[in-house]
Amino acid sequence: MHEEMASIGKSIVINGELSGSEDLTIEGRVDGKIELRDHVLTVGTNGRIKAQVSAKAIVVLGQVTGNLNATEKVDIKDSGSVEGDIVAPRVAIADGSHFKGSIDMQKKEQPEKGVGTFTKPDSKTPKPEPAPVNGEFVRV
Amino acid sequence: MNTDQKTSGGFSGLVSRLSRQTPRSDDHHGRVVVEPRTVPAVSADTTYASKTLARFLDLLFARPAAEVVDLGPVIGSNITFLGERVGCKIHVEDLYADIDRHVQHNKLDQLPEFIGGRFSVPASSIDAVLGWDIFDHLAPMAATALASVLMRMLRPGGVFLAFFGARASDDPRYTKYFIQDETHLRFRFYPSACTRRWVLQNRDINIMFAGLEICETVLLKSGVREILFRKRILS
Repeated sequence: MHEEMASIGKSIVINGELSGSEDLTIEGRVDGKIELRDHVLTVGTNGRIKAQVSAKAIVVLGQVTGNLNATEKVDIKDSGSVEGDIVAPRVAIADGSHFKGSIDMQKKEQPEKGVGTFTKPDSKTPKPEPAPVNGEFVRV
Repeated sequence: MNTDQKTSGGFSGLVSRLSRQTPRSDDHHGRVVVEPRTVPAVSADTTYASKTLARFLDLLFARPAAEVVDLGPVIGSNITFLGERVGCKIHVEDLYADIDRHVQHNKLDQLPEFIGGRFSVPASSIDAVLGWDIFDHLAPMAATALASVLMRMLRPGGVFLAFFGARASDDPRYTKYFIQDETHLRFRFYPSACTRRWVLQNRDINIMFAGLEICETVLLKSGVREILFRKRILS
C-alpha cells in the first residue's frame, strides 16, 4: 500500500521549531529549526528554509540558509541553493547548484574492534583461543 | 580610468599588463569599444596531467583533518574527492561569482576592499588554498588584497595552488577545474561578466607572495604557470 508522505505546501509559513519521525517535503517557508532525526527532509523547488536542519538525509531543490547536519547524506540538486555549513559523511552537489559555506565530511571515529563491539565470526577462520580471563573484555 | 589602476601605488609599476592585440574601434563618443569575441561560452572538457596538483595533494594528505579553502565555484566531484578521499573540511568561497557581481553592479573599484573583509576564517587556520586561475581575473589592487588575505589565513606549512596565465585577453569566460584523480585535472570554460584577463610576471608573483616559498613551478605548453606555494614554518 502506498504511504503518503508528509508535506508542507507552498503557501504555508512556519516560524519556530519543526520536528518529526517521518520523511517530510517542504514546499513552503520555514524559519527556525528542523529536526527529523532518522528521516529524510526534502526541500522542494519552492521551499525556502532559514533554519538549522538535522536529519538522516537532506535533499535540496529549493533554497536553504542555515547549517545542515545529516547522519547519512546531503544532496543539493541543480536547482538547489545552500548558504551555510554542511556536516555529513556524504555530500553530493550537482553542477549548476549554488553553495556558499563549508563542508565537513569527517567520518566519526569508529569504535575500536573488540572494545564493546560485536563482529560476526567467520566460520572459515579458526576461532581464537579464549582469553584466560573470566567475564572481562580483553584489549588485544 | 580604472580606480584600481589609479590607486595601485607602487605595485602598479610592478605588474606587467600585456594587452592582447584585439580589434578595437571607436564608438564616435571617444570611447573604445571592444569587439565581441566569437568564442563559445561553454567548451568541451579538456584533461591534462598536473604535477603541482599531485604535490599539493601529497602535502595535504600529510595534514590530518586539513581545512581547505576553494576559491572557485562549487564542484560536486571536487567536494567528494577532497572530502571523502582526502578527508578535508572544505570552505567554498566562490570569488569568481564575487567578481561577476562587482562587474555587474559597476563596483569593480570596491573589490579590493571587499576582498579584505570577505573571509571569515581565522588567521593561520587553513591548511591549503585552491586558488585556480583567480589572479588572472583580478586587477593589481584586488590581487594584492587577495594575496595578503591568503597569506594571513594559511597555517605555517600550509600550501596554496594557483595558475597564472601568459596572455592578457578580453576572453569573457572563466574556467572550472575538476579534480579527475590525484594527478589529473579536467577543465571547462563557462561564461562570465568579467571581460579582462591580467598577466602577472614571475617577479610580480614573487613580490606579491613574499611571505610564501615556492615549492613547485610547472610551465605548461599553453604558457600557463602552475605554482605551488608553501607558507614558511617559523623556527
